[in-house]
Amino acid sequence: MSEAIKAGVWRDMGLTDEEYGRIRELLGRDPNYLEIGLFAVMWSEHCGYKNSRPVLKLFPTSGPRVLQGPGENAGVVDIGDGLALVFKIESHNHPSAIEPFQGAATGVGGIVRDIFTMGARPIALLDSLRFGLDDERARYLFGGVVSGIGFYGNCIGVPTVAGEVFFHPSFEGNPLVNAMCVGLIEQEKLALGAASGVGNPVMVVGARTGRDGIHGATFASEELNETSEERRPAVQVGDPFMEKLLIESCLEIIDKGYVVGMQDLGAAGLTSSTSEMASRAGTGIEIDVTKVPLRETAMTPYEIMLSESQERMLVVPKAGCEAVVQEVFERWGLNAVVIGRVTDDGLYRIKEGDRVVAELPARLLTDECPVYYRDEKEPDYYQELKKFDPRSVPEPGDYNEVLLKIMASPNLASKEWVYRQYDHQVGINTVIVPGDGDAAVLRLKEHSPKGIALKTDCNSRYVYLDPYRGGALAVAEATRNLSCTGAEPLAITDCLNFGNPEKPEIFWQFKQAVLGMSEACRALGAPVVSGNVSFYNETRGQAVYPTPTVGAVGLLEDVGRRCSQGFKQEGDLIYLLGPYAHHVGASEYLSLIHGRDAGPVPEIDLKLEKQIQETCRALIREGLLQSAHDLSEGGMAAALAESCISGRIGARIYMEDDELHNRRGDAILFGEGPSRIIISSRPAAASRVMEVCLEKGVPLVCLGMVDGKELKITANHRKYIELGVESIEQAWRGGIDSWLSRS
Amino acid sequence: MKFGIVVFPGSNCEADCYYVIDKVLGENVEYIWHQQESVDGFDGLVLPGGFSYGDYLRTGAIARFSPVMNAVERFAKSGGLVIGICNGFQILLEAGLLPGAMQRNKVLQFRCQPTQLRVERSDTPFSNLCRERQVLTVPINHGEGNYYADPDSLAELEANRQVVFRYCTPGGEAAAEANPNGAVNNIAGIVNREGNVLGMMPHPERCSESVLGSSDGRLIFASLVEWWKGGGAVVGSN
Repeated sequence: MSEAIKAGVWRDMGLTDEEYGRIRELLGRDPNYLEIGLFAVMWSEHCGYKNSRPVLKLFPTSGPRVLQGPGENAGVVDIGDGLALVFKIESHNHPSAIEPFQGAATGVGGIVRDIFTMGARPIALLDSLRFGLDDERARYLFGGVVSGIGFYGNCIGVPTVAGEVFFHPSFEGNPLVNAMCVGLIEQEKLALGAASGVGNPVMVVGARTGRDGIHGATFASEELNETSEERRPAVQVGDPFMEKLLIESCLEIIDKGYVVGMQDLGAAGLTSSTSEMASRAGTGIEIDVTKVPLRETAMTPYEIMLSESQERMLVVPKAGCEAVVQEVFERWGLNAVVIGRVTDDGLYRIKEGDRVVAELPARLLTDECPVYYRDEKEPDYYQELKKFDPRSVPEPGDYNEVLLKIMASPNLASKEWVYRQYDHQVGINTVIVPGDGDAAVLRLKEHSPKGIALKTDCNSRYVYLDPYRGGALAVAEATRNLSCTGAEPLAITDCLNFGNPEKPEIFWQFKQAVLGMSEACRALGAPVVSGNVSFYNETRGQAVYPTPTVGAVGLLEDVGRRCSQGFKQEGDLIYLLGPYAHHVGASEYLSLIHGRDAGPVPEIDLKLEKQIQETCRALIREGLLQSAHDLSEGGMAAALAESCISGRIGARIYMEDDELHNRRGDAILFGEGPSRIIISSRPAAASRVMEVCLEKGVPLVCLGMVDGKELKITANHRKYIELGVESIEQAWRGGIDSWLSRS
Repeated sequence: MKFGIVVFPGSNCEADCYYVIDKVLGENVEYIWHQQESVDGFDGLVLPGGFSYGDYLRTGAIARFSPVMNAVERFAKSGGLVIGICNGFQILLEAGLLPGAMQRNKVLQFRCQPTQLRVERSDTPFSNLCRERQVLTVPINHGEGNYYADPDSLAELEANRQVVFRYCTPGGEAAAEANPNGAVNNIAGIVNREGNVLGMMPHPERCSESVLGSSDGRLIFASLVEWWKGGGAVVGSN
């Protein structure tokens, strides 16, 4: 096993001198080239979470419904009737920055494998995307990412049901591409990623191994710069057809009871899957790289172990089941080859034929990954921007013009351009489709009268201006969106996208955001069951706006009692459930119209948030509501406009509360804040709606009624908005197209 | 009535069709694996949507060589009822069981959206429960649904009244703005000359229950059953 190691070779692979020293110490000898490669990928931030682990411990991760928290391939929650949901969100930011189509496509492929690895059938995909705003490349990346997601998801027959897109200059050069997958499983069929049972065979199934994606995990753990383009070979190419065959064959072998453990080959390929499976089971593992089916010739053990070729899985079947497993895969036209076995010596041993080319205790790769407690420092901008007085900007003269501009801005505009490229219906479960509600709602036909609601959310601007509050607001908004459909939030998964954690200001953002999220998760009863950290989202030293994306999952006891966002019928009464907004700090309005990302981020009272969500769900359960729509970017005016567009009907709104007398029109109309929902009900239900809100002790104001073809908003006796719904709709529908054709 | 749903590697709407036939219509249904060489015992065949063989070469181009397709062809030639939906339509075109070809959508993007279809004929096995000129709401979901036939074939197709469904406005006008993919003459679905093989790009199985926003698709499946119960005699297009 001796060979000459060039001094410093570990640095090219992403290890520091200290880490290399630690490896020597742990091994009691010099590692060989292959072993250094194994440590480099497994000790990368992407695989080892060495910078984030101590902070991630702050999340609440348990609850009565949690069957599996973080640590497995995905989180699992109990939805009753013997069923469970398996879900996780993951980033594919850096590959997408270089090669948007394949980067995004393989991001989808990876997260889908995490779900069916556990034995669950993937039933829904979501995404959360961030792009630059003014640069030409942002348009190219946007188009490529959207078509890549569609290409993969559409082909494998998993509907892409919800998501979000946000544009801001801070994402120039470093877009964020987060993909979430949700699977459904009968609890008793749950499979885990552990290589247990000494003597059991270890099989690699699916695609052949090539040279693509070598050191992808390391690439994901560094900043982007001018030479990143040279990393194009570290981006893998996706084959969704192969994935579809893998889904069917893997679910079949689990269903037939052949499997002990299964793990997908994602970041760090064979290296991570074999070592993680051994480590989870506390066993050893031995594999022979000459047995691995290859698609290229003359691949070295190093290349085989570090390849990130897509659509491969590691399967540990019960001993004696090799042949029947092979039969299933053959029927689907796939490889299934025994490459090694589970051992009892705790060693991670790689052989090339008879020759041992690497041998070390398996736990060194997973459990001994160093943990860094990074310095944190409040960034200079924080106090400065917080002090900004939002009333210092001039009040608009023409509010109609401002509303049209906000509705047409890419952040608020219809995302039809995106979701029309996604199959959002396959599976015939999607009963609230994109654009119709605050979250997607799926029925569980054949299984249960229940339904599930899904949504991803995060306001990156809030998190930048106030990471603690922004983190809490992200959890609040995602869960509120579920509640607006009538679903009770069960748990969340998160994708924490930040800059370089070695910079104290970035680490401060990260920790504050996690603290804020944790508080909200606790208050709202939605623990974190899975997630992913993506650091080093920087270009030319500039970090992206911190974006801890929240993927929330909720349950409707009766999918027949669900609610969508559009106004339904003339004469229905419109209410604001929750408080008025106080100011326009940190708002989309302030950013878009006045060019300022500044001011105080809206405060959140988590007790009120919980009550508002509960009240909304109770109203929907009682069948009292015609519509419910959360107030987010663009404030009250944008939410009302959206409910009008969605229902193709107008509304007349009067706001004359004493509380508003000294408040500016822009604060009332465009100010943002949590714990606010626009609801509508039939006049006959009005007294009961008020009664329920009184019982729950939450604020409720009647704002007006559904009427005509125009949106008219009057406040403090001043007529602010008078616009045809059709003209608002036109601006809103054309927003993305006009952004794309802007030059 | 006993339906068979042909499953190719990469099909992904087979379970949805199965559900509608089994649970919504209450008829018998079984899957037929693409390597099967016989379709004996079935009263009607469904070629479902999806991405057979990944559609990497050309949609439907590889699936048409699956062993099962010889049996499908024999079944169709002997007057058996065959419905190809989306990828199934593309496969029927490649197999020569229906005339014409598919091009990429005119917008060069995938499209998943509701469309309105005008029923051009109510005397086929697939539309006998519809009224002529009835407007159905049925979603599409494809990247290559831009139907094309050369001018002579198109003239023949129209003269033989082989067009069963045309994209239209909610008012029933086959206008350009109602055409989601650029298909010639707004064609969404056609039958063969004998009238027993239908290919359509929109997905009736996605709108066969009101909970999904429209139950118009049910009319199409139910028409097959109605036809079969009435004796199953296929009426030619002339």
